[in-house]
Amino acid sequence: MARGDILKTEDTISAIATALGTAGVGIIRISGENAIAVADKIFDKDLSVAQDRQIVFGHVKNFSGEIVDEAILLIMRAPKSYTRENVVEIQCHGGVEVLREILSLTFQAGARAAERGEFTKRAFLNGRLDLTQAQAVLDVIQAKTKTALNIAQNQLSGKTSKKIRRIRQDILGVLAHIEALIDFPEDDIDSIFIEDIDKKIAAQIAEIKIFLDNQRTGKILREGLETAIIGKPNVGKSSLLNFLAETERAIVTDIPGTTRDSIEEFVNIGGVPLKIIDTAGIRNSDNPVEQIGIERAKDYANRAELILALFDGSRELTAEDFEILKLIDGRSAIILLTKSDLPRVIDDSKLKNFIPISVKKNLGVDKFLAAISEKVGNVDAEMNFVRDEREADLLRRAVQNLEEARLTLKKNIGIDFISIDLRTALELLSELTGESVTDDVINEIFSKFCIGK
Amino acid sequence: MFVAGKYDVIIIGAGHAGVEAGLAAARLGCQTLLTTLSLENLAMMPCNPSIGGSAKGHLVREVDALGGEMGIIADKTCIQFRTLNTGKGFAVQALRAQADKKIYQAAMKNVCENTPNLDLKQLLIENILVEENKIVGVTCETGETFLAKAVILASGTYLSGRIIIGESIFDGGPNGQRAAIKLSAALKNLGVRLMRFKTGTPARVDARTLDFSKMEIQRGDEGMQNFSFMTDAPVDNKICCYLTYTNERTHEILRKNLHRAPMANGIIEGVGPRYCPSIESKIIRFPDKERHQLFLEPEGLNTTEYYVQGMSTSMPADVQVEFLHTIPGLENAKIMRHGYAIEYDCIDPLQLKPTLEFKNIAGFFSAGQSNGSSGYEEAAAQGLIAGINAAALVKKFEPLILKRSESYIGVLIDDLVTKGTAEPYRMMTSRAEYRLLLRQDNADLRLTPYAIKIGLAAPERIKKFKTKLAEINSATESLNQKITPNVEINQKLAAAGIGEIKTSMPIAELMRRPNVTYQKLREIFNLPEISAFAASQVEISLFYEGYIKKQSELAEKLDRLEDKIIPENIDYMSMQNLRVEAREKLTEIRPRSIGQAARISGVSPADISVLLVWLETFK
Repeated sequence: MARGDILKTEDTISAIATALGTAGVGIIRISGENAIAVADKIFDKDLSVAQDRQIVFGHVKNFSGEIVDEAILLIMRAPKSYTRENVVEIQCHGGVEVLREILSLTFQAGARAAERGEFTKRAFLNGRLDLTQAQAVLDVIQAKTKTALNIAQNQLSGKTSKKIRRIRQDILGVLAHIEALIDFPEDDIDSIFIEDIDKKIAAQIAEIKIFLDNQRTGKILREGLETAIIGKPNVGKSSLLNFLAETERAIVTDIPGTTRDSIEEFVNIGGVPLKIIDTAGIRNSDNPVEQIGIERAKDYANRAELILALFDGSRELTAEDFEILKLIDGRSAIILLTKSDLPRVIDDSKLKNFIPISVKKNLGVDKFLAAISEKVGNVDAEMNFVRDEREADLLRRAVQNLEEARLTLKKNIGIDFISIDLRTALELLSELTGESVTDDVINEIFSKFCIGK
Repeated sequence: MFVAGKYDVIIIGAGHAGVEAGLAAARLGCQTLLTTLSLENLAMMPCNPSIGGSAKGHLVREVDALGGEMGIIADKTCIQFRTLNTGKGFAVQALRAQADKKIYQAAMKNVCENTPNLDLKQLLIENILVEENKIVGVTCETGETFLAKAVILASGTYLSGRIIIGESIFDGGPNGQRAAIKLSAALKNLGVRLMRFKTGTPARVDARTLDFSKMEIQRGDEGMQNFSFMTDAPVDNKICCYLTYTNERTHEILRKNLHRAPMANGIIEGVGPRYCPSIESKIIRFPDKERHQLFLEPEGLNTTEYYVQGMSTSMPADVQVEFLHTIPGLENAKIMRHGYAIEYDCIDPLQLKPTLEFKNIAGFFSAGQSNGSSGYEEAAAQGLIAGINAAALVKKFEPLILKRSESYIGVLIDDLVTKGTAEPYRMMTSRAEYRLLLRQDNADLRLTPYAIKIGLAAPERIKKFKTKLAEINSATESLNQKITPNVEINQKLAAAGIGEIKTSMPIAELMRRPNVTYQKLREIFNLPEISAFAASQVEISLFYEGYIKKQSELAEKLDRLEDKIIPENIDYMSMQNLRVEAREKLTEIRPRSIGQAARISGVSPADISVLLVWLETFK
């Protein structure tokens, strides 16, 4: 078992506590000894002095110091919290992307992804729940064991898994060489050169970074890019939807929305799966008695990772249009000027980077598709990517340790010190591949080097 | 039944495990009997004439810090000293010494003979007496029975020992000794699970027939540290070793005769260690390697016997002569003793508690090679712990269980009793998670407090230890003083070759810079004068603080799981939420703590969660 596993109850964990995309407010919960310290690293107010049960208003920042969202923090010091540990709840604006970004920031600040039921488990272990709840907790863990076994068997896709195993193997090779030199100093083992170690580590960092760079792509390929089509009534939303669906003939599936009677559809645009929000609503939207107001548009835009904002080129801009312009300000959006086959009436000086389009006459379609590609980046199903934020977090921490190993190399204080961070990186990768480090290092030493008195 | 005597503790075997066990038990006030097949061979080194090495040197330092004897005797009797791994990191630096086998044995025997409460007897033990799962005593070949409250098995490679030299096979212990044949059967009758292991040793050759001029000379290091924290005398290098290499002709002879190699033709059944392969295995496993190194090491000052390190073999006698003669410097070598392989029984250490007591037989302990380990140092470490814990049982004090995060001894014993071993277990630094904390330089700081608490530290050791602690504390305190930059300070710093300071800071900050020693700062800032060993502790803890802190934090987390003790009577089979494999493994090993449970192969993190919940619910 990897060392990380047995230490799990000691970690600080975090997770999104509210269902994704369903509410105007989203909550991220952090629990554990370092919960406040973790939050402090990504918040613009000093939390170290915060009182128990204090509410702190401020901004979540990323590590470049940019503001990610406005938020309210609720500080609960141990033992006066659900888990009886230090708990921080970050309440923010609930958009999927924002929530995910903040969650990812908590990981970078030292938390790890909570497992299913882990907050409850901790509450129990810390004596917060009564005995009758014990069995329920055991059942959750047991259920998890079963799924975990299934997952372990097809953890990672075949190709990705192969690649990560190879990266792990290369790092293992370097570590085993160092360990062999340390444990068998009088044996005839080739010496190892700092420059070579550095080169090898740098190469593995580059390989892992490809995974991380592809992470967003991976998510898009798996889940589709959450896309909102918004615009005032009769602007051409349903025509656009039908056009997208028909031209590509690529409706993958219909899934009922979880929180409302809406339908989400996948359309595949040049290899990019777009998950269009509330297609049912859109199909009804050109109905003159349409109920969808600006509130609903706001909700869509909040949930979406990509916004297609439609403006009618054959009409003047209305108050609703200006509302929509406000909505997409600063968001990943493509502005489409619909009905471009008709004479242009709109004052387009108010619109930036718009694409005139007419689905009826097939005008501007190429430009539109190109714009989508540009927004999404290169999407290739053959690329390597990990499945979720937890896996990405493991890789990110592995990179961090490898970088630290390189810093240590520069100090030239002995190969033993390099082995510390290499071993940690290896353990993180082993959590992905389900292998054990110590045994593997020792096996590697004996298979690669001729040792013996 | 003729009861010839009654003891608190009886030890079967007086090798490196046995003598440490005997000395520890006797020093802790137990009436102790140390038995051996031959008093001539007490503390014998049947294989290489050396003590220490990577991780093994650490073990010797730890044994010493706990009040054991190996380090003190090694310092007194070794004839060449080297520091290994210099430049690879201070935590992995290790001492290694060439021993004079006879002088070492004589010195150790002398200590045993002069220890109160300790009786030495030449006896062959044939039976272990147990009543109602509790040890009663032992019976020997001559029919006498000795009763005891605790018995420690330290039978080395003698249990059903079988010597193999090519086609020649006979029962025997190492180095021409008798084997203990009936004891194996007695253990099996008690329900003890045995394993069959194998190890080997190279030939000894006559120095008068070696041409050292064809070999590279290997000298000892001057001015280096001793094994024991108690030794003040500088090390004395009295001899040299020599390095030479095999060549293609050597390999050809070995290859040509492989069909006669006992390990290849099926004569040897036991599992041999991967880190100590015979030369014939090296040729098979690494066919591309053009040469293998070998060291010629004297067996002592008053003998012409030389140990041929690296050439362990069980080839027939004629092949041994033939291949040795192909090696530069050994062309005319006369063999004095042949290399051989030895197969022996050892117990499966999974049957032991971390105290080294059998789970199913109260008062019965096992230590050393009989636990499936290899090496003098590994044996001594286990012997010491078994001796302490046998005394703990007799004298009713708390047993000593060392943590992985505080000692190599803890790693060694935890590995053996938690994971078991599929080959003779050798200590390696890579087996320790936190080796930056487990340095040979701080073994006393880590372990001597236990020796003091238990009562194994002699008054002189206590005094030395307390002085060192006080020195470290006073130095640390002085280093916390703040200094403010001024012309005078910066001039003094410059004179000592230290860069100037620009802001005010504690003096300690300066020690984080490369090449700044305590001694240099002491002169500038009038710090207290302390011993070199105390100073090096201060330097290490400041200069490497970041790395050490990282490992300490991890170790602390781990230790919290070690402190979650599982009740001994827990019924895993009734815990429906555990997977079947985990239930079986946990029932077999019966881990002492959650930490230990988590290291058992086949127990998953989810199983540990179940255990944690269970402990909370039903405690």
